[in-house]
Amino acid sequence: MLSRVANSIYWMSRYLERADNVARFIDVNARLILDVGWERETAQWEPLVRASGDEADFAARYSEYSEKKVVHFLTFDEENPNSIISCIHAARENARTVREIISSEMWEAINALYHLVDKHSRKRKVDDLQSFYISVDHTNHLFAGMMENTMSHGEGWHFARAGKMLERADKTARMLDVKYFLLLPTPDYFDSPYDTVEWGAVLKSVSGFEVYCKRYHRANYRHVTQFLVLDEYFARSIRYCVRTAARSVADISKMLEITVPVTDEFARLEKMLDEADNEVILNKGLHEFVDAFQFNLNVIDQSLYQSFFALEKK
Amino acid sequence: MNFEGYDTQGFYDELIGEDGQPRKEALPLIERINALPCKDLRRRQKAAEHALHQQGITFSVYGDKKGTEKIMPFDILPRIVTAKEWDVLEKGLKQRIRALNLFIDDIYNGQQILKDKVIPRDLVLSSECYLEQCRGLSPPKKIWIHVTGTDLVRAGDGEFYVLEDNLRCPSGISYVLQNRTIQKRTLPIVFQAMRTRPVSDYGDHLYETLRHAAPKGVENPTVIVLTPGIYNSAYYEHSFLAQQMGVPLAQGSDLTIIDDQVMLRTTRGFEKVDVIYRRIDDNFLDPEVFNKGSMLGVPGIMECFRKGTVALANAPGTGIADDKAIYAYVPQIIKYYLDEEPIIKNVPTYICEDQKDRDYTLANLDKLVVKAVNLSGGYGMLIGPVSTEAERKEFAKKIQENPRDYIAQPTLALSRTPTIVGDRIEGRHVDFRPYILYGKSIFVLPGGLTRVALTKGSLVVNSSQGGGSKDTWVLGDSPITMEVDLDA
Repeated sequence: MLSRVANSIYWMSRYLERADNVARFIDVNARLILDVGWERETAQWEPLVRASGDEADFAARYSEYSEKKVVHFLTFDEENPNSIISCIHAARENARTVREIISSEMWEAINALYHLVDKHSRKRKVDDLQSFYISVDHTNHLFAGMMENTMSHGEGWHFARAGKMLERADKTARMLDVKYFLLLPTPDYFDSPYDTVEWGAVLKSVSGFEVYCKRYHRANYRHVTQFLVLDEYFARSIRYCVRTAARSVADISKMLEITVPVTDEFARLEKMLDEADNEVILNKGLHEFVDAFQFNLNVIDQSLYQSFFALEKK
Repeated sequence: MNFEGYDTQGFYDELIGEDGQPRKEALPLIERINALPCKDLRRRQKAAEHALHQQGITFSVYGDKKGTEKIMPFDILPRIVTAKEWDVLEKGLKQRIRALNLFIDDIYNGQQILKDKVIPRDLVLSSECYLEQCRGLSPPKKIWIHVTGTDLVRAGDGEFYVLEDNLRCPSGISYVLQNRTIQKRTLPIVFQAMRTRPVSDYGDHLYETLRHAAPKGVENPTVIVLTPGIYNSAYYEHSFLAQQMGVPLAQGSDLTIIDDQVMLRTTRGFEKVDVIYRRIDDNFLDPEVFNKGSMLGVPGIMECFRKGTVALANAPGTGIADDKAIYAYVPQIIKYYLDEEPIIKNVPTYICEDQKDRDYTLANLDKLVVKAVNLSGGYGMLIGPVSTEAERKEFAKKIQENPRDYIAQPTLALSRTPTIVGDRIEGRHVDFRPYILYGKSIFVLPGGLTRVALTKGSLVVNSSQGGGSKDTWVLGDSPITMEVDLDA
């Protein structure tokens, strides 16, 4: 497979996953506001921007963290490379360059999303956009199904899956971190009703609430971190995502009969997660853990690029 | 919506005869349309447009700020070419391609035709499309023009004429195939009843043609499609063809040259390439040889081509036979190389380089179509009868300054064919581009792109200038009229 094509499939998949996560994130936050009963005007929209990591960009171009402004920034702001619209455009642009590789069904699903985002792009309020956020989420599921059933599970499929999983690991980590920005926890706040509701929202924003409840029954921050960071079977836990991405990359190397440095980077990260202890993570600080994890993810992304996408003449 | 009140207004009509009655071969189609419930045709038209939109079958319009991609408007009323007409066209196109290929090979080698003074030497050597870098070259099996999309028009006399040869990187074939896919869903019964010949195997034919073009000694060639990238107006087609053939679609940056061999950058490492179906113009193909600023091409690729380690389809330099001034000599070219009379006629052409022709052109600008010799796509053109005084002045000046760059032709009364316009069926002007492949033998795809000028009265069919397209039905050799199932 062409190096450029592999790179495009990887990014197509990452961008779609990113758009999906941002959409779910906003949608859940809007519902959280209702649950907590904040006043619309003073509701917390800032954490959404902070968790996206783009607060500097936001601050430079927007005056206040109001619903309208934050929703616009995260959804339709084409200058924000991580807004939903930018992610969908980037996903489609990448899909367009690999249109002959992915199945027609996959292409049409992305194309439909592209037309959908244009159709909604004049709306400003979360309430008006709910159906849009849900559609983004559904399209991503549809796309995943098509990828599963219509594309050969060869090299390209594995690059797409690796991209999706790394993006997802990153986003789950950020969702966990949003609590850090949402409030500075004081001991008496832990396990209060608000705390439970907020953790519930974090779980919902990664579609993990139901799975979590079956195991732990009540939202409690210890269990939530245990679940989202270390759970072996939940499809959006950090550990699951890293493991799945690592397997895909291992499969690619096997198919190509080459050894690549990124395999070692993955092994290191997997080992770190295998040995991680929830209590230790919490004592040292979840935010610090998330920071360190994201640093490691960037190392892997760089290493993937060197291993597969940037071929130099010797 | 039906054919009631349809008026050919004195133009040659593809479906309706001079007497206002349907042509014999088109009868089943027209009866079918007339039998459809009133709103049904409109609904089918909408469904077809929706499908194109969903599939993202688009092209980019240069210089259009509103959006980079558009769908080519598709009209669901097909254009019909009868078996008898097709037989002549097929023979004529084969003849023409054979002669033009011999001409190109001669020009870059012995130049016998120039020595025999059949065409003025200066006219050929002064062409911008003449590539000195190709002198002494002979591509594998002496085939230069592997893929051609010849533009034909039917004039008021009912005859087909060749308008342009398009021997460089002709585009549009993807629309032929996609239009057909949609058309089969739109009017399936009558499609079958009229025994329309298939076009869907084009990908196979193209792949075989490209394999045949491989350098000598290469048993199992690696074929790729080379595209300028997603911002090119025909990008969709490039990816579509790569998909149809199941071969990689590469951009210039995906290729590099190692030891005089073109290599593909893959996740596995470098892989050798044998045949490149390149959809990049000559000028941008190799920045070391042609346009120095080209970011699209592959530095050093011409050297590999010269050394015969890679085949290019079409070969560089074919534009020489595509120059609109040289076009005027194609009848002589056919006669010279094949000793045959041209089967399909040329449109009479005035070469502005020639004093007498130039004077005539300048005196009749309001009647003629003036074209720049090296441009296509409807750019750089003056259509006399609909031009303004200022436009004519501008062209007169251009012609006097650079006579070699212009030719003129009479304004043809292009044939029309019934087209859906809002809630009515009206006649619109069309042209016709069949596709020809030169491999083991010369193959003409029984079908082609019918482009239609959707604007009332307009003669410009180019998609970049508001044209649309239609499916073209080349009918089987024994057309049968069947009872049409009206409920389907």
